[in-house]
Amino acid sequence: MSGVTIRDLGKAFPKEDGTATQALDGVNLEIGDTEFICLVGPSGCGKTTLLRIIAGLETATTGSVTVDGRAVIGPDPKRGMVFQEYSLFPWRRVIDNVAFGLEMKGIAKEERRRTADRYIEMVGLSQFRDAYPYELSGGMRQRVAIARALANDPDVLLMDEPFGALDAQTRNRMQKELLSLWEQTKKTIVFVTHSVDEAVYLANRIVVLSPRPGSVQEVIAIPWPHPRDRTSAEFAEVRRRVLRMIDETENSQ
Amino acid sequence: MNRQTQKRLLGVAALVIAAAIWQIIAEYVVGRSFILPSVTDVASAFVTLLESGTLVADIVVSLEHFGIGLLAAFLLGVPIGILMGWFRVADFLLDPIIEILRPIPPLAWIPFAIIWFGLTTQAAGFVIFVGAFFPILTATYTAFRSVPKVFVEAGKVLGCDTSFELIRYVALPAAIPAIASGIRIAMGVGWMCLVAAEMFGVSRSGLGYQLWHNYYLHQMPNVVVYMLILGLAGLIIDRIFRNYVDGQLLRWHAGEVA
Repeated sequence: MSGVTIRDLGKAFPKEDGTATQALDGVNLEIGDTEFICLVGPSGCGKTTLLRIIAGLETATTGSVTVDGRAVIGPDPKRGMVFQEYSLFPWRRVIDNVAFGLEMKGIAKEERRRTADRYIEMVGLSQFRDAYPYELSGGMRQRVAIARALANDPDVLLMDEPFGALDAQTRNRMQKELLSLWEQTKKTIVFVTHSVDEAVYLANRIVVLSPRPGSVQEVIAIPWPHPRDRTSAEFAEVRRRVLRMIDETENSQ
Repeated sequence: MNRQTQKRLLGVAALVIAAAIWQIIAEYVVGRSFILPSVTDVASAFVTLLESGTLVADIVVSLEHFGIGLLAAFLLGVPIGILMGWFRVADFLLDPIIEILRPIPPLAWIPFAIIWFGLTTQAAGFVIFVGAFFPILTATYTAFRSVPKVFVEAGKVLGCDTSFELIRYVALPAAIPAIASGIRIAMGVGWMCLVAAEMFGVSRSGLGYQLWHNYYLHQMPNVVVYMLILGLAGLIIDRIFRNYVDGQLLRWHAGEVA
């Protein structure tokens, strides 16, 4: 069981003049084991902040996040994170990037390289295991970043617009690969995206956040199996619904 | 003939021509070795100094001074730079002290170097240390301040849970290219300090000392020999360091910058 429970979550960022910006307020969300959740919403709705709180990189002002019944108090390898920017360590080869988390756990070199090799193979980059990050394309770098997060065998995989910087074709391919990884590893995934299309393609449930302060506006379940057909009428219909929702929350400001 | 050999040949040709012009001016225009020693004067001075063994001995002494100063600057500058770059409190505490000491020219420390250490290798080493310390400190500090936040956060979510681990496995490797160029600058400053420190009597031997000593003796060809050796040694040290850093340490960095 690797569910995430978010209760009455609020986050205020203090400002220079002593007041505070309320980024999130009263967020309640229950994420089930092995679920694929996409967080969408207009920019400034605090979706990245929410993800960072789950990761433990930010602390909530009010409320709580629990994973598997344990409260989140700081970053932990049990919650893997894939960042939007390229976050691979440029001084480490692919293999040693992927093995980094295992190295921190104190696992012996032989064993951690074996494990890392398995995940590198899973993302299809075995022939690049000894390459440095600068030798890889953007899509490959993000695949390595995913392998690096998975190598720690986390309960939850948190992804902050991981494909945001990629071109459209690479992006579509990465989405397919992510779904296959998800099916292989059965991880709970929380995925932040700007792209409604991406969310409808990937998610079991889409969580639409409203801005300033961010809170859950609507949760839309998408029961269809994968792979999904982007060009189908029902796909277009759901996409239209979500887009309209985001539009409304923005205009109601 | 490829570009590389062409470049080499032209370079050698230019040196030969410059030496010839120097020789002609020294011999036929100036005509006094005291004002401008000729190439042949310098060459024979070089041979004499080399045969007597003093030249090699002085090179060794100067390298010793340089080594002591640079090693001390590295051993103190990097850790203090790390502390100030990583821990806010250390920065606030040490910054005022550093800011007061930094603008003092290293050579202004010569009197105290002599009083504290006497005419020892440590005294000369100390002056070089003062010159080399601040470039290394500043480079380390700046490098640590500018470690991309995403690397630190990635380190945290991947299981670095102490400052020590984050420094050891994330910030330090990220900072090494900038620290290395700080060390290179420090070596240049240190080399200048070396000459001045030895000239001003912190030492009774060494290249800088001999340069000044031979000026007193009016042995100007010897002075030119020491000038050229100082330049050459500085160049070689810099080249060795750069090749080492580029070749061994920073294969990844070359690719990042390109």
